[in-house]
Amino acid sequence: MTAPRGWVRQIAGLIRRIAGLLGSVSLTFLGLTCVTFVIGRVIPIDPVIAIVGEKATRSTYERVFKELNLDRPIPEQYWIYLKKILHGEFGTSLMTAHPVLSDLLRVFPATLELSVSALIVGVCFGIPLGVVAATHKGRWPDQIVRFGSLLGYSMPVFWLGLVGLLIFYAKLGWVEGPGRMDVSFDDIVPTVTGMITVDSLLAGEDEVFWNAMSHLVLPASILGYLSLAYVARMTRSFMLSQLRQEYVLATLAKGLSPFRVVWIHALGNVWVQLVTVIALTFGSLLEGAVLTETVFAWPGLGLYMKNSLFAADLNAVIGGTMLIGVVYIVLNMLSDVIYPLVDPRARTRK
Amino acid sequence: MSTPLRVGAPTGWRGWLLDPAPASRNQARLGRWYRAWLAFHRNGLAMTGLVIVAALVLAAIFAPLLADRELAFHQVLEDRLQDFSWLHPFGTDELGRDIYARVVFGSRITLTIVGLVSIIVLPVGLGIGLPAGYFGGWIDSVLMRITDIFLAFPRLVLALAFAAALGPGIENAVIAISLTAWPPYARLARAETMTRRHAEFIEAAQLQGASSFRILLTQIVPLCLPSVIIRLTLDMAGIILTAAGLGFLGLGAQPPLPEWGAMVSTGRAVLLDQWWVATIPGTAIFIVSLGFNLLGDGLRDLSEARSG
Repeated sequence: MTAPRGWVRQIAGLIRRIAGLLGSVSLTFLGLTCVTFVIGRVIPIDPVIAIVGEKATRSTYERVFKELNLDRPIPEQYWIYLKKILHGEFGTSLMTAHPVLSDLLRVFPATLELSVSALIVGVCFGIPLGVVAATHKGRWPDQIVRFGSLLGYSMPVFWLGLVGLLIFYAKLGWVEGPGRMDVSFDDIVPTVTGMITVDSLLAGEDEVFWNAMSHLVLPASILGYLSLAYVARMTRSFMLSQLRQEYVLATLAKGLSPFRVVWIHALGNVWVQLVTVIALTFGSLLEGAVLTETVFAWPGLGLYMKNSLFAADLNAVIGGTMLIGVVYIVLNMLSDVIYPLVDPRARTRK
Repeated sequence: MSTPLRVGAPTGWRGWLLDPAPASRNQARLGRWYRAWLAFHRNGLAMTGLVIVAALVLAAIFAPLLADRELAFHQVLEDRLQDFSWLHPFGTDELGRDIYARVVFGSRITLTIVGLVSIIVLPVGLGIGLPAGYFGGWIDSVLMRITDIFLAFPRLVLALAFAAALGPGIENAVIAISLTAWPPYARLARAETMTRRHAEFIEAAQLQGASSFRILLTQIVPLCLPSVIIRLTLDMAGIILTAAGLGFLGLGAQPPLPEWGAMVSTGRAVLLDQWWVATIPGTAIFIVSLGFNLLGDGLRDLSEARSG
């Protein structure tokens, strides 16, 4: 095989992969818009009345009815809806009277801050615990990790959040309570990224940073525990299949330290599979954030959606669903793209 | 292979069940179940799970015997927010209702939700997965595309949006959860069907002129069911947590009903002073979902040990 030909073939393969990926991504996206469109239509609340109020005259009602294109056939309504979504128009939020998109962009950084911190907790503890469980298969460290992650799977996150608040905030006073920071620190730090911990560091406000951290640590750990359970379990099963391989025996026979074999060689091969797991975990963290944010009064996407739900603010709910759905799709796509980058075997296949 | 003469072989009904040469099909079948039970019995965690799930079912059936219905639903405002006592083992809530009685009656709601979701999810999952795996071709592509689309959605958020669209309530929570829970079953049923599509007994049935529908229903469904049911048991915990989450957000069962998630939500207001109001129902959710997880894990270990 000559070098240029292989190179060309690789590029062609890559292009084909990307095209296939984009195809399936856009199909999933279309599905998402279909579902949100259906949700918008089956909702029992009349979208016209939500805007004009119940006391509106007949003519006002009909004018808005036409403005919302409700007189058109359903496929046409969907087409109009799709065009609007692609232009980033999610309509106006009834609750805040701002465009939904700008609302979403305002609240999303808080959710991102929370879920990224949780992911860091989950990955930093989950992977080592999974490795230790795999190397001690069947013995007590394994049992503890397995049972601990089973507990994590079984806990309602909102209950765990309340118990955490009760113990670490109310009884022990180790952390700050609900919210992102104390009210007295409001508006000190200029908004750059929207993530207060990052913004306060950029502004050099140590005090704000530590206050925000103190607010963040409990919800992030609780959300992180749930992802830890999943990451540890998957790491364990991936590691077990690696440790059975002959190269492990060969490297040990060559005199490499068991520590090196496990943590460098075997774990190095597991990383590839873990990328997918971490991407999926992040998606589920965004979901867990809805409940966690409610418990901790964390002004992120979850709380925004929850409040919109009870204000019958359909545009906002659908906008939030779309945002999380798109992040989900992008994460799935990223894990597909990253896969061949970290695994040379996936790159040269075919 | 066992020898004909077995030293210390079990006698009586156990001997009949464990007979290495069963005389009838039913004896063989019961023997297989009995061996599976023996293996399951040794798994302490799985047995714990079974006990928890059995306790849930019994509590739901015999709720009126275990607790006073009057205490669960009747508001006694002068008895509100009481601490633990003999009359109120887990105290009372903000309207003076007995929390123990409410948790016991709440088991009925939890079990109803779980049952209804299974009744919806199994036929839908099988109905999409079986034809996809059996016919292949474009039917497979179309059905699996649809499944993938639903699989790519965030479950709780979609259930949330559905529940918001359909209005709060148990039935709508069940529909919302089911709509987001079926895709894994479709994929599982498809995979199971594909491995058996070209089996000889299927071809024999085809030669005898059985319709595709009949083959799917009588030949393939029974073979798919074990793995689907194990998967369902493992999913139960997730279903319970999602339902409780919807209840906590106010989108599931509505207030007078003792739904555990909604109870946690109302207890939040008095969390710092009367911690039991929110934490006791939450503990019930936790224990029950742990029970289903342990049971599902045990069943999965069993099926893996048998197949591999």
